[in-house]
Order: sequence, then C-alpha cells, then structure tokens
Amino acid sequence: MREITLLIITISISFLGSSQETNLGEIHGDFNLNLQSYQEDLQIGAQAADEVILNNAYLNINYTRGNFATGFRYESYLNALADYDPEFNGNGIPYRYVTYKIDGLEITAGNYYEQLGYGLIFRSYEEKGLGIDNVMDGLRLKYSPMQGIYLKTFIGKSRTYFTYADGIFRGGDSELNINELFNSESKTRISLGGSFVSRYQERSNLVFKIPQNVSAYSGRLNLNHGRWSYYGEYAYKINDPANVLSASKMNYASGNAFTQNISFSKKGFGIIAEMHRTDNMTFKSDRDKDGKAYLINYIPTLSKPHAYSLLALYPCATQADGEFGVQFDLFYTIKKGSRIGGKYGAKIALNYSRINGLNKGSAFLNDTREHTPMLLSIKGEELYFEDINLSINKKINKKVKGNFIFANQTYNKDFLEGHVPGDYGVLNSTIFVLDFTYKIRGRESIKAELQTLASKQLKDYSNHGGVYENGMEEPAEGDWGMLALEYNSAHWFFGFQNMYNYGNEDVSKRLHYINLTAGFKKGANRFEIGYGKKREGIFCVGGVCKLVPSSNGFSLNISSSF
Amino acid sequence: MNNKTFLTFLAIALFTSISFGQTRTLPNHIVKTLDGDNFNIQNIENDGKPIIISFWFMQCKPCLKELNAIAEVYEDWQDETGVKLIAISIDNTRSMSKVAPFVNASGWDYEVYLDPNSDFKRAMGVVTAPHTFLLNGNKEIVWQHRGYNDGDEFELLKKINQLVK
Repeated sequence: MREITLLIITISISFLGSSQETNLGEIHGDFNLNLQSYQEDLQIGAQAADEVILNNAYLNINYTRGNFATGFRYESYLNALADYDPEFNGNGIPYRYVTYKIDGLEITAGNYYEQLGYGLIFRSYEEKGLGIDNVMDGLRLKYSPMQGIYLKTFIGKSRTYFTYADGIFRGGDSELNINELFNSESKTRISLGGSFVSRYQERSNLVFKIPQNVSAYSGRLNLNHGRWSYYGEYAYKINDPANVLSASKMNYASGNAFTQNISFSKKGFGIIAEMHRTDNMTFKSDRDKDGKAYLINYIPTLSKPHAYSLLALYPCATQADGEFGVQFDLFYTIKKGSRIGGKYGAKIALNYSRINGLNKGSAFLNDTREHTPMLLSIKGEELYFEDINLSINKKINKKVKGNFIFANQTYNKDFLEGHVPGDYGVLNSTIFVLDFTYKIRGRESIKAELQTLASKQLKDYSNHGGVYENGMEEPAEGDWGMLALEYNSAHWFFGFQNMYNYGNEDVSKRLHYINLTAGFKKGANRFEIGYGKKREGIFCVGGVCKLVPSSNGFSLNISSSF
Repeated sequence: MNNKTFLTFLAIALFTSISFGQTRTLPNHIVKTLDGDNFNIQNIENDGKPIIISFWFMQCKPCLKELNAIAEVYEDWQDETGVKLIAISIDNTRSMSKVAPFVNASGWDYEVYLDPNSDFKRAMGVVTAPHTFLLNGNKEIVWQHRGYNDGDEFELLKKINQLVK
C-alpha cells in the first residue's frame, strides 16, 4: 500500500515539475486533531486511560490539475479515543486515490466512496464522529456516453479499521434521466435507475453449501411533476448465511427492503410522507463478522435526526433485520406582518414518525426460507420508536431570536439497545427546548438553551424481581434538565453546559454533567479546548449509532481547511 | 517505504504547493438538483459576478441560522452586488428527500444542490458545516469561512463588496 502512495505522490510531483503551463494545479485539504485526557470518576463510571491522553488525528491532501486528481489521507490513532474501536491503532495512509476524467469517462484507482441509490444495497462512506469508514479499495469507472445516461461499475474490497474485509465486491449502476436524454423542459421529470452488487467470499463451512457469491439488486424511480415529487426504491438480496454459528446470521432467508416518499411544496409550505420496510437486509463485507465496521449497505432511519442533546438522548436506529416505519413532516412559514406572524413571521416544523417490528418477526428471526411476514402491519406489532415533535423558530425583535420545541418520544430501550425484554422496558419522554440568541452588537452574541426531559416507564415490570421502584435491577435514569450558555464574538467563543439527571431513581446518581469550552476561530482555522464530564450514552448519526462511554477530562480540538 | 521517506515526500509536496501561489477553482464534480437531475458544479454561472457557496444540512442549527439570516437581506445583496448564493445540502439519504419541501417552505431563493454521499464536500476540504466559500467573477475561491455566529453575514458582505467595487 505504501508503495502505491509513493507512486501517487511521485506522479503528482512529476506533474508539477514537467508542466510547461503556468497552471501547475492546486493543492488543498484539511486537518483535524482531537486530544482527550481521561481521568477516573467513579460516580459517573468514567475510567482513566493508561496513556492519560488519547489522540485521533488526520490530514487530507488533494491535488487537482484540470481533469486529473489525486490525494491521500494520513490517519493517526495514538491510541484511539475511548469512544472509538481500539482496532483503530497506530498511524497509516488508509486512503489514497488517482482519478482522471476524459470525454465522459471517469477512472478511479485506489480508494473511492460510492453509494448506489439510497444505499439500500451498497453504501461506502465515512462518518468520522462514529468511527465509520468503509471506503473501497479497487477500481471504479463512471461513464456517461450522452446526456441523460449514467453508467457506473466498480470492483474492490471494503475497509475495516486499518485493513480490508474478506469480501470482494463487484457492482454496477445505471441511471436514465428521460428529460436530460431528450433535452425536455417538461414539467414532468422522470429518472430511472438500477443497481447490482455481488460479494465474493470463500466458503469454509464443510457441512452446509453456502453461497460464495452473494448478490443484491435494486431498482429506483424518481418522478417530479411541478410541485409534487415521488421517490421509490426496492432492493433484494439473496440468502447469505454465515459460516460460523457464533455470527448473528446462520440462516438461508433472502432479504428485501423498500423505501418511498412523496412530497408537495410551494413557497412557504412543504409536506412529505415517507414509509419504509426492511426484512433481513443487513449486508456485510464479511459474512462471519458482526459490528458496524462490516456493514456495506445503509437503510436510512425513518425518524427526524435531532440536534438538541435531550431530544437525541434516546435516539432511533434502523433495524435492518426487520422493521416497518412511517414518517410525516410539515414545514410552514407564517408570513411577515400577519396577525400570528408579527413583524418578522415564524417558521413551524411538525414531524411524526413511528417504527415497529414486522408481523410474526422478520424472516431472519424465524430462520427460514419460507416465512414471509405480512407486507404492511402496524396494529399489534412491537413498537420500536415513536416521535412527535413541533418546532417553532421565530425572530422576536432586532436583537432576539428564539427556537421552541416540544416533543414526545417513545423508545423501546430493551429492543433498540439489545437487552433482554424487561431489562429496561419502554421509555416515554416529554421534552421541551427553549433556545434564545441575543445579539449584543456586530458579531457579538449570547445564546441560552434550556431543555427538560420528563420520562416514564410505559410497561410494568414489577414481576421482574428488581430492586427499584420500576421493578428493575438497574435504576431508571428518569428526568433530566439542561442549561447551556454560550458567548460568541468574531473570533472567540466560550461555552458552559450542565446536564443534570435530577430524576434518577438512584439518589446517588443524581449528578451534574458540566462541560466548559473555550475557543478561537479565524478564517478556516478553529481551536477549541474543553473540560467536562460526558454521560455514557448512545450517539447516532444518520441512524447508525455507537456507544459512548462516560468520560471525564480535558479535550483539545484543532481543525483547519486549506 | 519508511516514515522518513514518506515525510520527505510530504514535505516536498506541501512546499511545492506553497511556492506557486495558487488560485483555487471548483473541482469537476457532479451534484444533484432538487428535481433529481445531474449537474456539474463547474457549470454554475453568475455573469461574472460573485458567488457564495454554502455547505449545510438540515440538522445543523448554525447552518439554518446563517441561511435564514442571509435570506432576510438576500434581495438587497443581489440588488447591490449581483451576488448569487448556492446552498449545497450534505444531508444523507435519511433527510435528503426533505430538503426540497423544507427549502420551499423556508422561502429561500437560493440555488440548492444535493451532495448525499459528501463527494463534493470531501473534494472541497470541508470538515464541519456551515462552511462558506466566496468566489469572484472568474469563479475562483477568494475567501472562506467556517461556522456561523449572528452577525457573521456582514463580514461576508464586506468581502463581497470588496470584489464588486
């Protein structure tokens, strides 16, 4: 791998050196450093790190000259932060590529990120916050023979930590945009797509004849007509049993998923309805390994991603093995100068989502080829997650802007966190958020955020034999409150945040989680230092989650873009 | 290759980049329009007037603050400087389909494109959102800014005014 990196850099430099033109190309990139110290705090269960300080850092360099591009990323984990998988270890260049584009053909050698349709059968992407990077290493060709026709094909292996998983992926995608093809300016716009991907992995099971080539297909349709828009995608995966009994899957069921949404919008008003269903649709880069590092497809979660801490305290994650969900969103702007809107108007967003299990369990749970759960089923199914929330965004006067949110969420903690039913039960939380910004002058402002979460158990587990009021052996976390204050100026910022678990059933765990931050930013550089305690919890991006351990210590973040 | 050799190459590469006082332009990248069409970002046009490119996503509070704040003064900015704002949504497929109804409901008059797997974002070296680039009349990047606080839009306006005077 290092030889290839050397080659890429040599090529780029020789490009620079041999050029007779004044345009020598451009080099740019970005840098990010995260240092964190870990001290023991028995109250919150935070552990000290043997190394005292842990480090995650990376540097991206891209060189482009006309239609030629090359680049690499240097990553450093000495050792990885506590919320990262310890498999991220040491330094290296896990990402390097060369791309060339000519007459509608694009060739990439080395690493590339790729997504087919919505990602139901294949998505290679990076999400640094989660420690996800399943970048491909191999070859990719994209070709557009004429306007409106887009073809893609690739071969490669997918990254896990600092190595590549066993499976070899071969894939292709074609997209046909009717309007582009016929150069039509019609109000109705149609685009069709089809994808295919196949994973080869040698079989090692002597007893069962499991497929060595596992393929998945998907088809999609995007229709737009004036203010209306529709998107639908269906995906199918053949059976993919594991070699080893210890892996989560040792069955011959095939998988399928579909997702669709329809929306209508005009100036000041927008509405969208979405639904999806997935059954046995976990697709991995190694059939015998579990864990998010091996996932090679992406089923978007059907709930609103929340930005405020207490709204995201109990987040939803997609159950690719089997779930059915619906979601509705309404966006509305109350006009300026109207009776309700006042001088500045207001923005309203209403969201509802509900996700439940599949009828009689998914094909995966039933471990059979024959079982087909009912296509649409809501009543009587196990509820995984439900969220109704209303947000109002309003400028109050020249100096003050406010954001108000009300939400009610139901979170099946047992199921979504993989516990035995009855361990934690189902939580119902009611959440309020108030967020005000006061502009002092120029670029100076103060921000105050107040959040409360009141939670209750929806199921009675009194027969569970637990020691707490809720019938469990673990105390319920109960109610939370949070206050955050922030000062911002052109270059400096200071923040204070306190999350207070005042309703914990265990009185000794009614703790304050205080965080202080200070920083400086100018142009494309940003420096931040912090000190504080973090609660053990689940952190999700796009419905993919990781468990973040509780921690106590200092942090330093430096990031730069050039 | 040992680390020393690698670092030497890195140093040469970086040094070369610094020494030729580069102008920075947009990479050759395809993004999606809200209608699902393909669009090469190099084809953005504003008749030789400045262009703002702003990376945002729906869950990002400061991004929405920035785009809402500019929306209030956008008409004036356009009249005075002819500037055009291009908003690049990096929402992944979880919220990508909500972008069009959200943008229309918000009443933004921006050109909006989708970058659902962050390919364009990566090519631009964007680490966090919002990240705002200012392009001059020749579509060269002349200024960039990360994050947003109330009032930052006036700093941006100052830079735009320097370009058009």
